[in-house]
Amino acid sequence: MPRDFTPKVITANHLLEGDVVYQTADDRWTRYHAEAELITDEAHAQIRLLDAERQVDTIVGAYLADAQDGPKGPEPTHFREVFRTRGPSNYAHGKQVEL
Amino acid sequence: MYRYSDFDRDFLAERNRQFRAQVERRIDGSLTEDEFKPLRLMNGLYLQLHAYMLRVAIPYGTLNSAQMRQLAYLAETWDKGYGHFTTRQNIQYNWPRLRDVPDMLDALAEVGLHAIQTSGNTIRNVTADHFAGAAADEVADPRPVAELLRQWSTDHPEFQFMPRKFKIAITGAPNDRAVTAAHDIGLRIVRKDGEIGYQVLVGGGLGRTPMIGKVLAEFIPADDLLPYLEATVAVWNVIGRRDNKYKARIKILVHEFGLENLKAEVEKEFALRKPLYAGGKDVALLEEIKTHFAAPAFDAAPTDAFDAFYAADPIFRSWADTNLSEHRAEGYAIVTISLKKQGDTPGDATADQMRVMADLAQRYGHDELRISHEQNVILPHVHKRHLPQIHAELRAAGLATANIGLISDIIACPGMDYCALATARSIPVAQEIATRFEELKLEHEVGPLKIKISGCINACGHHHVGHIGILGLDRAGVENYQITLGGDGTEDAVIGTRTGPGFAYDEIVGAVETIVKTYLGLRESAEETFLQAYARVGIEPFKAALYPETKTRAA
Repeated sequence: MPRDFTPKVITANHLLEGDVVYQTADDRWTRYHAEAELITDEAHAQIRLLDAERQVDTIVGAYLADAQDGPKGPEPTHFREVFRTRGPSNYAHGKQVEL
Repeated sequence: MYRYSDFDRDFLAERNRQFRAQVERRIDGSLTEDEFKPLRLMNGLYLQLHAYMLRVAIPYGTLNSAQMRQLAYLAETWDKGYGHFTTRQNIQYNWPRLRDVPDMLDALAEVGLHAIQTSGNTIRNVTADHFAGAAADEVADPRPVAELLRQWSTDHPEFQFMPRKFKIAITGAPNDRAVTAAHDIGLRIVRKDGEIGYQVLVGGGLGRTPMIGKVLAEFIPADDLLPYLEATVAVWNVIGRRDNKYKARIKILVHEFGLENLKAEVEKEFALRKPLYAGGKDVALLEEIKTHFAAPAFDAAPTDAFDAFYAADPIFRSWADTNLSEHRAEGYAIVTISLKKQGDTPGDATADQMRVMADLAQRYGHDELRISHEQNVILPHVHKRHLPQIHAELRAAGLATANIGLISDIIACPGMDYCALATARSIPVAQEIATRFEELKLEHEVGPLKIKISGCINACGHHHVGHIGILGLDRAGVENYQITLGGDGTEDAVIGTRTGPGFAYDEIVGAVETIVKTYLGLRESAEETFLQAYARVGIEPFKAALYPETKTRAA
């Protein structure tokens, strides 16, 4: 039996800066996970991923990442995605200080 | 130190010009990422978790002070003020922006450095013993051959699209400090009946299928080395598997095809290739390269100042006892500068620290520095009378940690703090282990102990050959750390044995402490090292200590 579809966001790295970005419902790329579009329908997710992958001059490596609804917006569920929202743990570098 | 010829400089300038144009075409949209990716990887540019990463080769780990200063300049101009020295004798910059990378490469070219073939399915940076040219136990300096291999493999038209990457390491000493048995090809310089030649190991490698290299040839005469290596790589390039990237390395070919069959194929290929080298240009070139690596003019001076300071200053003495190695020249020492200060990131150096090390090398070290695969920096040629001054300056720069070969001298890959392939973090695990044993004041009592940590099965942190190896995995969405014991990366290379189920992130430091305390409890004397004790008692006492409840559960 196929597994139930879990909510997702679309994330990628920015072409020029290389940092982590998320696709919003109004077709922008944001640095904030909470501003991402939370996708709950599998067919819609595939279409949105195709939309993202077409934007080759803005982003690199778009993919669907598990997420869940939170008080301020979508939140990551896997630790890898949590790290991507903030940066490395050995220095205060990356999003944890830049945002 | 190898000096670039006009040919080298022109080649590098042309290559950088090409890459600059490729970056421009990527940014203006004429190249897709699929088209650009192999091009950027050929030039050492990765896209990691939080940013691009530029991996710069430090050929056979050798730098001069000008090159080290230029690495510092890159760190503060285009990065966040530091660089990360890796287990492959490379330096990685974790935060470059795509537009800046061509400028970084041009700046590197000014001092004869580059990022060519630090990625991709090519022959990678040839690594060597970091004590090369200085070690007391050396048969011959391996760096001239490493340089010859660098020139031969760089842009070698036959070897640009191989089944997978290919790593060569070389040592000129019987004490293997270059982990040659864990490379696709490991070369060991040996002397037979007065003649210098090479023992060739093949099919070593760590990663998901760890293998210790096997002897492909006991003795290849110096004049045959290049055609023999070319034959070996060529055979693998043709018959190595391309259907599955996890089965593509030459170690899998050795395993599936058999060492004897491979030997036979290599011999056939060698017979075809040897005549192409009939002019002996490679041999002449090697002789020319050797002149670049002539030993410096060593000072003949008394070492009284060192002896007096050693007797008088306990902090200096402790550092000298752990961080100095025997030099081949009278009155000299090899200094290992630890980049493993307890609590810091293994292998990281700030731009300021790089300049301090460059200055020391220039003033007191015949202008030479080395990067070790253990992520430390070496001043290979230091007269002992300068050591008190060097130690004082290192101390002021936070670089005088006296822990070489001890429990806090940990190898750790970048792990999930930076790496897109990682399945768990490794840096904070290393930081916490080092800090814990610093607090316990046990480090010097424990003695020689190599901990190596990888954040995924690709094993950049060499965990398989750690006395204690730690492998970070993702188990059902949680970081989990497996432990292996008894690994050894020296001439007696051994892959470590797994203890059993892994440990959670907040349990792993305690597990390492349990192992170390078990060792302290069972060793026969303070002279019996961890590895010797492990060889004597095996894994069981450690398992029993790590998993005390297993017996009852199994019952």
